Amino acid sequence: MTAGYEAVIGLEVHAQLLTRSKLFCGCSTAFGAPANENVCPVCLGMPGVLPVLNRRAVELAVRVGLAAHCEIAQHSIFARKSYFYPDLPKGYQISQYELPVCRGGFIDLPADGGEAPQRVRLVRIHLEEDAGKNIHGAEASLVDFNRSGVPLLEIVSEPDIRSAPAAVSYLQELRALLLYLDASDVRMEEGSFRCDVNVSVRRAGSETLGVKAEIKNLNSFRFVEKAIGYEIARQIGELEAGRRVSQETMLFDPEREVTRPMRSKELAHDYRYFPEPDLPPLEIPGPLLEEIRVAMPELPAERRARYVTEGLSGYEAAVLTRDRGLADYYEATASGLRNRKSAANWVMTEVLRVVNETGRSLAKAVPSPAETGRLLAMVEGGTVSLNGAKNAFQAMCRTQQGAEATVAELGLTQVSDDAKIAEACDRVLAAEAQRVAEYRGGRDKLFGFFVGQVMKAMGGRANPRLVNEVLKRKLGEGA
Amino acid sequence: MSEGLNRLTIAEARRLLSAREISAHELTRACLDRIAALEPSLNAFVTVCEREALEQADAADRRLAAGGAPALCGIPLAIKDIFATRGVRTTCASRILADFVPAYDATVIARLRSEGAVFLGKTNMDEFAMGSSTENSAFGPTPNPYNRERVAGGSSGGSAAAVAAAECLGALGTDTGGSIREPAAFCGVVGLKPTYSRVSRYGVIAYASSLDQVGPFAKCVTDAAIMLRVLAGIDPRDATCTARPVPDYEQALGAGVKGLRIGVPHEFFVEGMQPEVEAAVRGALDHYRSLGAETVAVSLPHTGYAIACYYLIATAEASANLARYDGVRYGLRGAAGDLLALYCRSRAAGFGAEVKRRIMLGTFALSAGYYDAYYLKAQKVRTLIRADFERAFAQCDVIVAPTAPTTAFRIGEKIADPLQMYLSDIFTISVNLAGLPAMVLPCGYDGDGLPIGLQLIAPAFGEQRMLQVADALERSGRVERREPAI
Amino acid sequence: MGGSSRITRDQVRHVAALARLSFTAEEEKRLELELSAILSYVEKLNELDTASIEPTAQVGEAGTPFRDDQVTNQPDPEAMLANAPAREGRFFRVPRIIE
Repeated sequence: MTAGYEAVIGLEVHAQLLTRSKLFCGCSTAFGAPANENVCPVCLGMPGVLPVLNRRAVELAVRVGLAAHCEIAQHSIFARKSYFYPDLPKGYQISQYELPVCRGGFIDLPADGGEAPQRVRLVRIHLEEDAGKNIHGAEASLVDFNRSGVPLLEIVSEPDIRSAPAAVSYLQELRALLLYLDASDVRMEEGSFRCDVNVSVRRAGSETLGVKAEIKNLNSFRFVEKAIGYEIARQIGELEAGRRVSQETMLFDPEREVTRPMRSKELAHDYRYFPEPDLPPLEIPGPLLEEIRVAMPELPAERRARYVTEGLSGYEAAVLTRDRGLADYYEATASGLRNRKSAANWVMTEVLRVVNETGRSLAKAVPSPAETGRLLAMVEGGTVSLNGAKNAFQAMCRTQQGAEATVAELGLTQVSDDAKIAEACDRVLAAEAQRVAEYRGGRDKLFGFFVGQVMKAMGGRANPRLVNEVLKRKLGEGA
Repeated sequence: MSEGLNRLTIAEARRLLSAREISAHELTRACLDRIAALEPSLNAFVTVCEREALEQADAADRRLAAGGAPALCGIPLAIKDIFATRGVRTTCASRILADFVPAYDATVIARLRSEGAVFLGKTNMDEFAMGSSTENSAFGPTPNPYNRERVAGGSSGGSAAAVAAAECLGALGTDTGGSIREPAAFCGVVGLKPTYSRVSRYGVIAYASSLDQVGPFAKCVTDAAIMLRVLAGIDPRDATCTARPVPDYEQALGAGVKGLRIGVPHEFFVEGMQPEVEAAVRGALDHYRSLGAETVAVSLPHTGYAIACYYLIATAEASANLARYDGVRYGLRGAAGDLLALYCRSRAAGFGAEVKRRIMLGTFALSAGYYDAYYLKAQKVRTLIRADFERAFAQCDVIVAPTAPTTAFRIGEKIADPLQMYLSDIFTISVNLAGLPAMVLPCGYDGDGLPIGLQLIAPAFGEQRMLQVADALERSGRVERREPAI
Repeated sequence: MGGSSRITRDQVRHVAALARLSFTAEEEKRLELELSAILSYVEKLNELDTASIEPTAQVGEAGTPFRDDQVTNQPDPEAMLANAPAREGRFFRVPRIIE
């Protein structure tokens, strides 16, 4: 950033809640249905219909609120937010305004290189319904209401963020939290996690806020970073040129990587919020709150602590719990093993390597944790060497074959038969009588040579531990 | 045999139907014949469903033959055109919905359907229930069956007129500020507005959601009780509809009023009232005393603020409720090359003058800078009006009052002055603001032979007691019912 | 009413724009008068001191605060599109929107 300036950034995230049905009607929330498939009179805003609140959506909202240290309102209300747009069937969105379900709270961003974690405070978290989707053609726009009424959680931060990377870090933390809580599937490409960004700049050290621009509807972390970066530079450019920044609503053009003002806002905003008369106040009495609290899944911090008590290092626990999918993968892999630490190592090295190299999701890049667990069980049982297992794992990622089949097919099965190993040792020692004598005369270093010869004789498939044992015994016998 | 069957009450018809002395088909035929004879001039119906009604009647006859049919099986009813009826055009008396055919039933329609009721058609009303005279209808006004120069009242004027003219045995209406009670009074029939949340609003085209309530029109108190029992009850599609059990309202009838305290609010007897209206109401109060009730003076000090309060809250809610009529998914669409023109032309062409006026008022009351002064202020006054009733009901069991300051006024008399029209709701509106049950029954006629309605108001969920008190007056035979000379 | 107009012509136009209504000049003039009359009438509410009064948004008793998270809708897109003033295949059609 240009020296002498500071950016002030606040984010409004819209996350789709992971429910089967919509917020106020019994239509499916499934993504990818044909146009206007999952619609009914309620989510099309037909005359006379009424909303009835989805209990699960409330539970998930409260979960997120509890995890983000919010105050959960025992009594909150819904409000109508009025504006006209073709994808908004009722001419108003049912949202929350004066009394949201969660207030306050914070998200701590992970420390970068030993600094204290940065805390981003939250203003509020509230429930609202999504709108439909307009598809713009050359002559007409077409409207699909499958998304209309899908439950959204709006998470509004204080303007505590100072840079584009910090904004991305905040979004990553939020994403991890939502995934841990089973509150959202956070599929940005499907629109289930979207972000509006408020950006302003001011002279470093200034306490007053600059004029902000709002960048609407960013749907990838990369776009968030690019859009903020561009907008900060643009605003500084305006100020440096002696102009003022005007309060505007912007869109990000991902192809040109620039922001531009929205043209459709020809009328001033006046949403005319008022309490939604069709919904009773949302009451969350103590017992219901307790029920939700008890049903909360384990949070990242809790899981980290558990891993440490189970024998992992703090570092290992931190890496594994950064992503709930990875932590779940680790646990499923380790479940049948004696040594959890080796499973942790395996996931952090072998599994993450494949994920990073292929750029694919965990589920698509690597074998199921059950198969990986079977492979590691073979290492524990001595059926395959650690190196053999690494080769087998690479193959499994490509072929989707099971662990046993892959190890057998690649001929990686270790020989742990004492008699066979003893026979090979005898052959090697007989052929190397001279060196055996030298060894017995005190050249201990030659032991490695014998091991190598035996392994070579057995095509690399001998169990190294057994080879060591047998060689020690045989070389000692003649001494 | 079918001659005159349309004049039966529901209670009488139910007895004759279960005894198989008449068929639902003949009963329905009699109503349809009456409709055919009167409609060109009465204009109580927007849509008549002859074929569907006869099919429903035949199906009802089969259920009746099998025995054990429910209370309203085979009873021909008229439905205010504000209720969504699956497969039958539902217009709300608006050009914007002139061709709208819902794919769903309102919950009360579904209930009546499963009872085996017969739907004769959809009745005329003020557009989107905004009005007190049924003059604000895209399909022309409904005149009063007692005098064609006069209004039927509104907004449920078509339903009231249809019952008064014996085009049906009973009818459905809605009441947001008096839309059941005022037309019931003007047309000399019984009309009941239940406690807010007693009856589901699902599928009832919304005017003002926190005030709208569904209720019956009937020829007698017993019929209103029979209908209310079917209409009331929890609905999983309406979160604001109560889970409270539904009593058998008919059981309350016949108990008399001995020992009951009837509250008389002096604020409801205002200067400028038509003297015959005041005399008829005071006559009914005297009669109640003669039947053993005690009358007590009560005060509802904020009555004078109710109209102002109502016209801010109702129009604010309406401005949002009517935003959905945008020409995108259903309803009238104005020809336009861009989106803004599409909205403005559809709504300008689709809505009538009164609807636009109320949308304007409500939009203004909610707009930035005016919300606190208008909308929020009205909500606070609403609290005061509710509290008035709470205090009054500490002293009495029901309140008795006039329904409107006058009998039916002339067609065209108030249409040019919206504020004068609003003021005709002065005695009905505070009940909606407080969410209370109220009903109207005939208590006399003025010098021109126009009916006068007596209004009873009860505490929340006090419908049984209210029906009991209404029934006592009707049963005493004091008010001779004069049928309109048509 | 008289000279004490409670709403100006410009406000009438602004509110009409918010409500997506369009009026002729004649209608605007009449609305200015009618709305001003109604607004001066409702100002009688200011006679009441409501500083310590809580607002009432709803009355009655709610019965079904929640529904269970279950898909109960049987999709019937044809029925849902049947009243559309303009459609294209399974979509509702409107003039092109400029963002």
